[in-house]
Amino acid sequence: MAKVVAGIGLSHVPSVGPAFDRGKQQDPAWKPLFDAYVPVRAWLQKLAADVAIVVYNDHVAQFTFDRYPTFALGIADRYPIADEGFGTRALPVVPGDAELSIHLCERLIAAEFDLTVCQEMGVEHGFLVPMNLCFPHTGADWPVRSVPLQVNVVQHPLPSARRCYRLGQALRQAVESYPADLKVVVMGTGGMSHQLQGRRFGYMNEKFDQWFLDQLEADPENLAQLSHHRIMEEAGAEAVELIMWLTMRGALSPKARRVHRHYYAPMTTGMGLITFEEQD
Amino acid sequence: MGISIKEIPDTSIFDLRLSRRGVRLNKMCAALCAAAERDAFKRDEEAFMARFSLTEEEKNLIRRRDFKGLIDAGTNIYALLKIGSATGNSLYRMGAQMRGESYEEFLKTRNISGAV
Repeated sequence: MAKVVAGIGLSHVPSVGPAFDRGKQQDPAWKPLFDAYVPVRAWLQKLAADVAIVVYNDHVAQFTFDRYPTFALGIADRYPIADEGFGTRALPVVPGDAELSIHLCERLIAAEFDLTVCQEMGVEHGFLVPMNLCFPHTGADWPVRSVPLQVNVVQHPLPSARRCYRLGQALRQAVESYPADLKVVVMGTGGMSHQLQGRRFGYMNEKFDQWFLDQLEADPENLAQLSHHRIMEEAGAEAVELIMWLTMRGALSPKARRVHRHYYAPMTTGMGLITFEEQD
Repeated sequence: MGISIKEIPDTSIFDLRLSRRGVRLNKMCAALCAAAERDAFKRDEEAFMARFSLTEEEKNLIRRRDFKGLIDAGTNIYALLKIGSATGNSLYRMGAQMRGESYEEFLKTRNISGAV
């Protein structure tokens, strides 16, 4: 049977993509971020996951406001790299796992999460930056298959933090009922504190971010009571992406143990990282 | 009335009313996710804006590169980034303008301004 072996919460700051592509891993301004992922990748290699379920949001590249899904799940064998307005990054097409995706859709919709199902979807920085950091591509391929799970964290009304947490719990059950022997990592992406518009552009709040990381580890059920308003007021309007970390946390058992934790806030976004591993 | 979110000072909350207001601008921005469309925009901005039926007021915001005005007119921040790309304005340059600062002044407020 398939099982969730680990969960990762991490930011998906767009500038990390070009920094990665241009080999800025040793650049003093970027090194603290990239160095934090060296032990994470070694750990992931040992876990030998087959599939990454990436909970992320698109940034008006593939999903536009003429029709905007609250939750959308890809059921394709391949996810092309989307042009989000800056040109298409030279990355290999991302391999999917359509069979697993279909199973997840069937289980999640039966569990009353009424997903939009996507036969075709390109992926952009919300999805790709976490993959670059955790599962970097090797030449023409990626080391894992992926399932993209897109969440509306852009056009209010958004799903509540609690709804996202419950989706994670349902996702775990859905994975565990899949007959193939697969190891699955769930990634919750976005945030942490940042605001990209208005006079409050550039606002960050490390205190809030550290508190969020503490609570995500210690008391996620309680953290899931957070309102969008409180997140946006304390951590900036775009920090509301953090509700996607709760989907990742919801997909873990109470026995999961925190492994890595890191925080770096150079420019306009608190870039957080936290990992959890299930215990046998 | 529905349930709307309490206002936050100096902050735009992109809700359905704002999304309705920005419908033409956001449609135009979304089109800029293709290289050919970015070229068309750069070649003839006026024709491009006309194609998406922008109002005169909306066109003026684009002509003036008034990024705060565009946000107030309902452009989603992630849509705005595509205009930034097509007009040579990075997120940080647009942000400095929204804060009422020069780019250099803005960089001085950052922890590590080399991470761009």
